[in-house]
Amino acid sequence: MIGGLFIYNHKGEVLISRVYRDDIGRNAVDAFRVNVIHARQQVRSPVTNIARTSFFHVKRSNIWLAAVTKQNVNAAMVFEFLYKMCDVMTAYFGKISEENIKNNFVLIYELLDEILDFGYPQNSETGALKTFITQQGIKGQHQTKEEQSQITSQVTGQIGWRREGIKYRRNELFLDVLESVNLLMSPQGQVLSAHVSGRVVMKSYLSGMPECKFGMNDKIVIDKQGKGGTTDEPGKSGKQSIAIDDCTFHQCVRLSKFDSERSISFIPPDGEYELMRYRTTKDIILPFRVIPLVREVGRTKLEVKVVIKSNFKPSLLAQKIEVRIPTPLNTSGVQVICMKGKAKYKASENAIVWKIKRMAGMKESQISAEIELLPTNDKKKWARPPISMNFEVPFAPSGLKVRYLKVFESKLNYSDHDVIKWVRYIGRSGIYETRC
Amino acid sequence: MTDSKYFTTTKKGEIFELKAELNSDKKEKKKEAVKKVIASMTVGKDVSALFPDVVNCMQTDNLELKKLVYLYLMNYAKSQPDMAIMAVNTFVKDCEDLNPLIRALAVRTMGCIRVDKITEYLCEPLRKCLKDEDPYVRKTAAVCVAKLHDINAQLVEDQGFLDTLKDLISDSNPMVVANAVAALSEIAESHPNSNLLDLNPQTINKLLTALNECTEWGQIFILDCLASYLPRDDRESQSICERVTPRLSHANSAVVLSAVKVLMKFMEMLPKDLDYYGTLLKKLAPPLVTLLSAEPELQYVALRNINLIVQKRPEILKHEMKVFFVKYNDPIYVKLEKLDIMIRLASQANIAQVLAELKEYATEVDVDFVRKAVRAIGRCAIKVEQSAERCVSTLLDLIQTKVNYVVQEAIVVIKDIFRKYPNKYESVIATLCENLDSLDEPEARAAMIWIVGEYAERIDNADELLESFLEGFHDESTQVQLQLLTAIVKLFLKKPTETQELVQQVLSLATQDSDNPDLRDRGYIYWRLLSTDPVAAKEVVLAEKPLISEETDLIEPTLLEELICHIGTLASVYHKPPSAFVEGSRGVQHKRLPPRAGSGESTESPDVGQSGPSEAPPAVIPSQGDLLGDLLNLDLAPPTATVPSVQPSMQMGAMDLLGGGLDSLMGDESDTVIKLSERGTAMPASLGGAPAVGGGLGDLFDLGGGVGMPTGSYVAPKTVWLLAMKAKGLEISGTFARRGGIIQMDLSLTNKAMSVMTDFAIQFNRNSFGLAPAGPLQVLTPLSPNQTIDVSLPLSTSGPVMKMEPLNNLQVAVKNNIDVFYFSCQYPLSLLFVEDGKMDRQVFLATWKDIPNDNEAQFQIKDIHLNSDVASNKLQGSNIFTIAKRTVEGQDMLYQSVKLTNGIWVLAEMRIQTGNPNYTVNGNKET
Repeated sequence: MIGGLFIYNHKGEVLISRVYRDDIGRNAVDAFRVNVIHARQQVRSPVTNIARTSFFHVKRSNIWLAAVTKQNVNAAMVFEFLYKMCDVMTAYFGKISEENIKNNFVLIYELLDEILDFGYPQNSETGALKTFITQQGIKGQHQTKEEQSQITSQVTGQIGWRREGIKYRRNELFLDVLESVNLLMSPQGQVLSAHVSGRVVMKSYLSGMPECKFGMNDKIVIDKQGKGGTTDEPGKSGKQSIAIDDCTFHQCVRLSKFDSERSISFIPPDGEYELMRYRTTKDIILPFRVIPLVREVGRTKLEVKVVIKSNFKPSLLAQKIEVRIPTPLNTSGVQVICMKGKAKYKASENAIVWKIKRMAGMKESQISAEIELLPTNDKKKWARPPISMNFEVPFAPSGLKVRYLKVFESKLNYSDHDVIKWVRYIGRSGIYETRC
Repeated sequence: MTDSKYFTTTKKGEIFELKAELNSDKKEKKKEAVKKVIASMTVGKDVSALFPDVVNCMQTDNLELKKLVYLYLMNYAKSQPDMAIMAVNTFVKDCEDLNPLIRALAVRTMGCIRVDKITEYLCEPLRKCLKDEDPYVRKTAAVCVAKLHDINAQLVEDQGFLDTLKDLISDSNPMVVANAVAALSEIAESHPNSNLLDLNPQTINKLLTALNECTEWGQIFILDCLASYLPRDDRESQSICERVTPRLSHANSAVVLSAVKVLMKFMEMLPKDLDYYGTLLKKLAPPLVTLLSAEPELQYVALRNINLIVQKRPEILKHEMKVFFVKYNDPIYVKLEKLDIMIRLASQANIAQVLAELKEYATEVDVDFVRKAVRAIGRCAIKVEQSAERCVSTLLDLIQTKVNYVVQEAIVVIKDIFRKYPNKYESVIATLCENLDSLDEPEARAAMIWIVGEYAERIDNADELLESFLEGFHDESTQVQLQLLTAIVKLFLKKPTETQELVQQVLSLATQDSDNPDLRDRGYIYWRLLSTDPVAAKEVVLAEKPLISEETDLIEPTLLEELICHIGTLASVYHKPPSAFVEGSRGVQHKRLPPRAGSGESTESPDVGQSGPSEAPPAVIPSQGDLLGDLLNLDLAPPTATVPSVQPSMQMGAMDLLGGGLDSLMGDESDTVIKLSERGTAMPASLGGAPAVGGGLGDLFDLGGGVGMPTGSYVAPKTVWLLAMKAKGLEISGTFARRGGIIQMDLSLTNKAMSVMTDFAIQFNRNSFGLAPAGPLQVLTPLSPNQTIDVSLPLSTSGPVMKMEPLNNLQVAVKNNIDVFYFSCQYPLSLLFVEDGKMDRQVFLATWKDIPNDNEAQFQIKDIHLNSDVASNKLQGSNIFTIAKRTVEGQDMLYQSVKLTNGIWVLAEMRIQTGNPNYTVNGNKET
């Protein structure tokens, strides 16, 4: 199991050091600093073995978190734990920075004591932790016996993510379907790989212990219902449904039920959380198509022309469009002409950045640039990094639709109809690249 | 509140000030002071001096303060065990507190204080806490048992905590169950045979129930524990798999990977014709692919595991090639791993796509990545025959880029392609030859030389090309030298008329001027082969080579099975068994997959059955490096061992060889003049003229001919001392060496009899310098028929002395379970030259004059092609020290001193004429 956990600043100074196991000595702190943080070479692996001691590290801005062990631990668990640790810290004091860590070191030690016992991760749900670990440390003394046992039963209980007795005047929930669409396209316009990784994020403000059921246009579910003899035309429902390659759920979702019936039922945590993640690869709507044209004119000049085409309903508007066209390292000057938006050559980033605020569907826009090059005797050819694109569209590129989210709370007197529900779809670019 | 201020107090007298603050009456001030102490502790300052003062703050109702004090205690209790006892009362009291959070805190902290005396007090509170009404306390107490076991295992057993822990597996609270499982698993690991976990269908059922309800971490503990269970039959195996599969949809990647581990393991037991088996295979792919959209560090862990899974069950991911395509912004460690998996998945169906990608990668920036991509293209060619032609043309395109490391990498893989598809792509050789000059890496040079040698008959100027490498022969690395030697011999055998001079040149370079024994040996073998029977040489050197296998870099099957049992853990990341990186008893246990389902073979459905590597494990080629080594050495069909024993004077042997057909290679030789007239004062007169001295010195200079390490002393090759026919099947060959001031007798014992030999012992007769074994002969295992054991026997010079004839003769008796055998051997005198034999300059001068002429001897050593400095260095390696050097009329005069183990000094003057390979030595001896 995890033998110790260290947090360093960018210089390699220790901010937090907590050792859980006897086999980890103080010298481990220095070993990591010398061999990884101060290493001359770029880090080649997130797992480092120094003198039979293994170090797992993640970096958040310029803070290093390192878990240390001498045993054959579950490596995936260690990284999941480090991410979780970052989430918990962020939930408590915001951004992970040297200043925030120094300001909250007592709190961090308290958290580390609670969520890692002898190197075994314990309940690390912020919702539960916040009921008894607080920044002021005032709670604990003035709690009644009921409150205390409520805390412990929540921390260890089956529904560790939600406490009882939550009350809202207005029962409300927000569902965000957030998708990032990833594309790798060849210069000839052939799709080399494309997938959507989506998340359903829920903000719930519901009283009591509500039982929820979430439904979407999952092909398997809809096909099953179609077979069941409903009046829907099979062809029509087939079109509207999507094939989900794989999905994962927040721990509140009953996985065995999903496995057997493919229904998503759960008691949600209070506030914001990620209900599910999913991935699709079939029938993806690619919101933009990038058509590059690069021509080398002699040894000192490049002509670049890039056309982008929007490929969705004309009534919808894409936003925050940015096209990034890489330029060679020996670029001396760039002249750009674009029909729409603004384009600028950024020497420090070795790229032409073309920004368009808004663009409707089924439109086309174009940029052309002349790149002057310094003559070099460098034998090595320019690697031609791909043209990348960023955007945001108000629909789900995977075609996912929320069909329903039903709320049942038998003990309190509100019904599904009383809950105000909001749904929104946002499609963003993930790694959206076209080779040129 | 800004706690960061605590980090900034670094003034002197700080400890003293803190002490005062800790004892302050004001609560706030106390708390501030404790915070400062913890901050100092964090940055590594020693604040243990404050122990009593901090512990005094422990009795408080302020929970925050209490936790800080506990933190301090955990750090320093070990260094102050007596003081730590002071805290016990508070702990015991806290364990009775009304607040379950405080009870748990106390028991949790107490377990972290590793002081024997405290652990005794811990037992009672722990027993209570294990049965506490509150699950939070119970789950904490469960882990505490593991802590206590780590400190004092016996105590835990005596107190019966293990049974209580087992009971907790049936607890109503899932988190208590999970922690109990974790604790038990850990304890069981240090008692491999204890059967502590005692998993049976009932407990498994309980675990599976808890699995649905506990935290994500608890699920990991339970799944990891389940993986060590061995189901009774395929039906139980299936029912467990069915209950584990829902975990594949968990958001936590570690839960997913641990579930994959359980499934991969239990699947072994399912018959392949079962529908469920196919369903399960299909269910595994999507979650594995999803892992690749996690954070990069987790992707890395996932990819390392997928690499194993793909080797074990290639069918799972065979259609998922695209997801392993490298993204431009992937961290380098993810890129390299993806590349590996791409090659594993490459097949005829997807090869076009893969090649297009690889070609793209070969133009990237990161050198390691580009190299690996180029290498991958070569591996594709070897793996998928239909693609070979395209791969070769892709490689040629890459060579045209003239990017140095791309070209070199390409040449290395093209050599492998030639090995796989001989006589097919030789048309590209011309292009390769154009790039000869840009190759600066040994591997690439060696590969190129191999190609030239192998296809010498088709390359018009092969001799010129190889000759160009020969110029800097001594600066090349060993693999290039070896390869060059082989290539030129091949060339000679193919075109004997034009290349005779070349082959002589390389043979003399390899045998005389090299320090590398491998190179020398290979040189001699070729030399003998060529001189005795050129036809046989042709058969051996130009023999048909076996084709290389398709899959490279596969993990050896038993290791792979073990690693599959460790999916998700560090072992699967390192691709090493836990015993390779975990200390102590933990993890030494080798895990194995359950035996394959019984009747599977005959009833296999053809579509899933054929690709499973478990039935027909492919021949494993260890790794790229070893592979190349094998390839290069392959030309040399007879292993060195079959060559008859090496003669003491290698140069003489070499000259004999020359008589057999090749022209004299050594060139003009001057007469051998060895005048030796020595007389000892301390040693009896007969010492003079004894071959020992002359022979010893001659041998020492032999290292000028190439043996031995540059800095070490000369070690003669092993010679046969005892023939098997004279010793009832025991053959002994050996030599002597001086290593780091210790005299060693290196022996090879070979059993040529039919029965096993045991109980070896050795003894020496009295001898001139009192040599005697310094320890028993260490032959620990019985020597079975046809086996050879190498032993090094350390010798001392404190044994009984008796003058021998010749002086350096040694009579040895070796005993085994069969009989006692006697033989005699001669040791080089240099064995007895001690490390502190460097005489002071003034003393040298004085002694030189004082020694009577009668004690002087003179002789010549011939045919040493070394200048005085090199000679002096070489001699120093054998403890012959140069005291002074002067140059008179183009002659270098070296003055040297040697001290023997029995205190005799030998002084020498060595005259070296530049250009004349003969040395003249004047020796002087003194007690």
